[in-house]
Amino acid sequence: MSMNVVIEGSNVAHGHHVHVDTGHHGHEHHEQHFIWKYIFSQDHKVIAKQFLVTGIIWAIIGALMSVFFRLQLGFPEKTFPIMETFLGEWAKGGKLTPEFYYALVTMHGTILVFFVLTAGLSGTFANLLIPLQIGARDMASPFMNMLSYWFFFTASILMFISLFVETGPASGGWTTYPPLSALKEASLGSGIGMDLWLVSMALFVVSSLLGGLNYISTILNMRTKGMAMTRMPLTVWALFFTAVLGVLSFPVLLSGFVLLIFDRSFGTSFYLSEIFIGGKALPHIGGSAILYQHLFWFLGHPEVYIIMLPGMGIASEILSTNSRKPIFGYFAMIISLVGITVLAFLVWAHHMFVTGMSPFLGSIFVLLTLLIAVPSAVKVFNWLTTMWRGNIRFSVPMLFAIGFVSLFISGGLTGIFLGNSALDMHLHDTYFVVAHFHIIMGISAFFGMFAGIYHWFPKMFGRYMNSTLGYIHFFITLAGAYLIFWPMHYEGVAGMPRRYYDYSAWESFKQFDSLNGFISIVVIIVFFTQLLFVYNFFASIWRGRKVTTQNPWGATTLEWTTPIRPGHGNWEGEIPEVHRWPYDYKDDGNGNDFIPQTVPLKAGEEAH
Amino acid sequence: MSGIIVIALIVLVFVIIYQIAKASEYAAVLRGEEKVNAQVNRMMGWLLVVFFLLGMYGVWECHRLLIDKMLPASASIEGKGYDTMFRVTLIVTGIVFFATQAILFWFAFRYQSTGKRSSFYYAHNNKLELIWTTIPAIAMASLVAIGLKHWFAVTSPAPANAAVVEVIGKQFNWIIRYPGKDGALGKRDFRKINDANNVLGLDWNDRNNLDDIIAQNGELHLVVNKPVKLIIGSRDVIHDVGLPHFRLKMDAVPGIVTTLWFTPAITSAEMKKVTGNPDFVYEISCDQMCGKGHYSMRGTIIVETQEEYNAWIAKQTAYYVTATGGGAAEEQKEETSAPAAAAQKEQSVTMR
Repeated sequence: MSMNVVIEGSNVAHGHHVHVDTGHHGHEHHEQHFIWKYIFSQDHKVIAKQFLVTGIIWAIIGALMSVFFRLQLGFPEKTFPIMETFLGEWAKGGKLTPEFYYALVTMHGTILVFFVLTAGLSGTFANLLIPLQIGARDMASPFMNMLSYWFFFTASILMFISLFVETGPASGGWTTYPPLSALKEASLGSGIGMDLWLVSMALFVVSSLLGGLNYISTILNMRTKGMAMTRMPLTVWALFFTAVLGVLSFPVLLSGFVLLIFDRSFGTSFYLSEIFIGGKALPHIGGSAILYQHLFWFLGHPEVYIIMLPGMGIASEILSTNSRKPIFGYFAMIISLVGITVLAFLVWAHHMFVTGMSPFLGSIFVLLTLLIAVPSAVKVFNWLTTMWRGNIRFSVPMLFAIGFVSLFISGGLTGIFLGNSALDMHLHDTYFVVAHFHIIMGISAFFGMFAGIYHWFPKMFGRYMNSTLGYIHFFITLAGAYLIFWPMHYEGVAGMPRRYYDYSAWESFKQFDSLNGFISIVVIIVFFTQLLFVYNFFASIWRGRKVTTQNPWGATTLEWTTPIRPGHGNWEGEIPEVHRWPYDYKDDGNGNDFIPQTVPLKAGEEAH
Repeated sequence: MSGIIVIALIVLVFVIIYQIAKASEYAAVLRGEEKVNAQVNRMMGWLLVVFFLLGMYGVWECHRLLIDKMLPASASIEGKGYDTMFRVTLIVTGIVFFATQAILFWFAFRYQSTGKRSSFYYAHNNKLELIWTTIPAIAMASLVAIGLKHWFAVTSPAPANAAVVEVIGKQFNWIIRYPGKDGALGKRDFRKINDANNVLGLDWNDRNNLDDIIAQNGELHLVVNKPVKLIIGSRDVIHDVGLPHFRLKMDAVPGIVTTLWFTPAITSAEMKKVTGNPDFVYEISCDQMCGKGHYSMRGTIIVETQEEYNAWIAKQTAYYVTATGGGAAEEQKEETSAPAAAAQKEQSVTMR
């Protein structure tokens, strides 16, 4: 596969047609070898599917881990032989050991936050939608794009291997604070498991950067004729800001990891000071464990918006298409995305209110954190108004988009408690935090992902996913998720700490044993429902009902103007020119209730 | 073997569900897309309403079942502010929660496609945007103002008359150090730590250390209505002194000294009555992931009257005595004016 990528005519305003030369011209036809076509593919659509499938596999593993540790939490005095079947030495006699309970909890977080909700979500939809929705034949650098997947794949292999090392994988929480994560003496999981974790994450960061730089360049440089920035669908805007967040914050995370690698293996004291462990005083003086937290959360907070923003863009798109109405307040939605992006970089220390940092500094972060609630609120109101007086079609993607909004409201509002430092002093590291981030990341963002998968499945595979299964998936997951995480708020308010293996010995927390059992049972049901979704996904790729119309959802955006199964280069002839914004859901005078972006303005019609 | 059969059965169930769903979809297509969509749409509209109503019932029922498991009134004077603030935030967010969720599910139901309606093209309204930007901003600003007032109060310097106690975390228990009669905690040096006879690495050259009392059972004794300042630290990794009944916590970081002050308001004995639980005890929970024993780092707090505290502390031996096994006996005999020695004379130090 040629590595020459020539981008001509980046100045869209002068009407130059943007063209990506990939080493062969459209009228020449040669078959690519299977390896270059499907494995080391440089086609953004194939890469999107690679990210999606890898993300799905990781999601099953991460979710299965949660089933196991919920069995421990729900039924601490019971044993489960099935755990020994799956986990061997980690669960001798059918009971999870504390070390491996913490390993599972750590890996569950790492896998789901990074490998599923970042790579699996941004990687899939940025790759799939950006070129298609802005009218480009592929990304700015298809080669770098291919690398971004394969770095992710390599990171995945290393992380997977770390599950099987003798001392176990990293087990200090997905946040891996030193000194716990820096010292082998502090925890078994801080041995080679932690080394593998760090290398895997370093590669993961590289993958994210390669992807993010690509997405930004493509959006800024390769829009088709007539596709001004203000005519881009909100999905693209959201993915654009997601990439900006990642490019600016992932390097800081990497620096934090590099310093940790140094502390672990090269005798430095960036994070270590005055430690007595394993029977001896360590030589480190002068480091600050809190430094790591600053470096980690400088990414950590933008990370949660990296997870949230694509879902917001997807929800905007799907709510609009299925309400047959423009997204309400297009410009306000863009401005609120800008607000969220800027503020995302300024609130990280709200994860650190109780570290002993200066109270004045803490107060600044309180102010900025509660400020970020404002653009989020604006988005919710705009989504609601989009549905107002719409003509709503309850397709499966639409239901997931509605669920996304419901969950975003629930999870977002509890953030207001946590952002207020005086409240956080009680709620920090309790189940209130667990409930908050699961509802907003674990479910709301996931619902955005599901909505996107069901909605663009026809574009990816030329078939529909089974909607009966989709409806079942939706209702059970929505109800189940609320049943799991809503009661956890109460546990948190009661001060019940997170990351505890067993509460039986605690006078203050043992009253929740039956509730914990109930939650674990619901977790198992919801887990199997996700397996049903996975089955639906894969079965529909080969056996799904075939798509017979080019634009099955009656949407206005450019991806529906390609052939049903777009080939390399997306459009067979010229790339279409865009004449209007992407939300003209109005009567076109021909019996349709929408006007695609490619339809020129009628005489006397005003542009939006 | 049985595991394989179970997995095979689960896969079989999935295949069956999938085939049924697929068959019903094709049957629906045969019946005609339009009609199917209208039917399915109506059903989904109703299901969403049912979901919302069941959800609201669930919220109410969950509250009913769990409200009695919540904490009793704040055990610290400063924590009362937390309780008020929590309630205010709950009311504000609660109103928003119920209003927006109701609107969401109502709009979904009310504006469903019936085949006879059409949508209303309404793309923007700047006045609305301004209104619903300003109102949340004002609400957030108010919450910030209330919150920061409490935050600055809680993080202010401890009152001058506060008792001082040190709480040190290690894998996996709490070590409490009381300053003894001289009221001063002596210097620590991690290089002097020895788990046999100097768990905190006290520098015995510092006279302030000689009367310090160490409780390795993690039992913290406090006097009701007397402010206490906790000097918090860690020997190894980051821990956190979690005090749920007092609505406070503070990280314990190796190499960094953190502090937390509060005034206990309810004695342990009173709290037993308030909760109706004879086994009630204030607990210290470790609230920062610290390793495999994180869940077992349990400390206890005894809040008692001044007399009870005096009686208790009179019975404690200075760590120096137990650690050096008799060195203090010589100290006691010397007639020095050093405050530590004088203090030791006043205390009834007994060799246990």
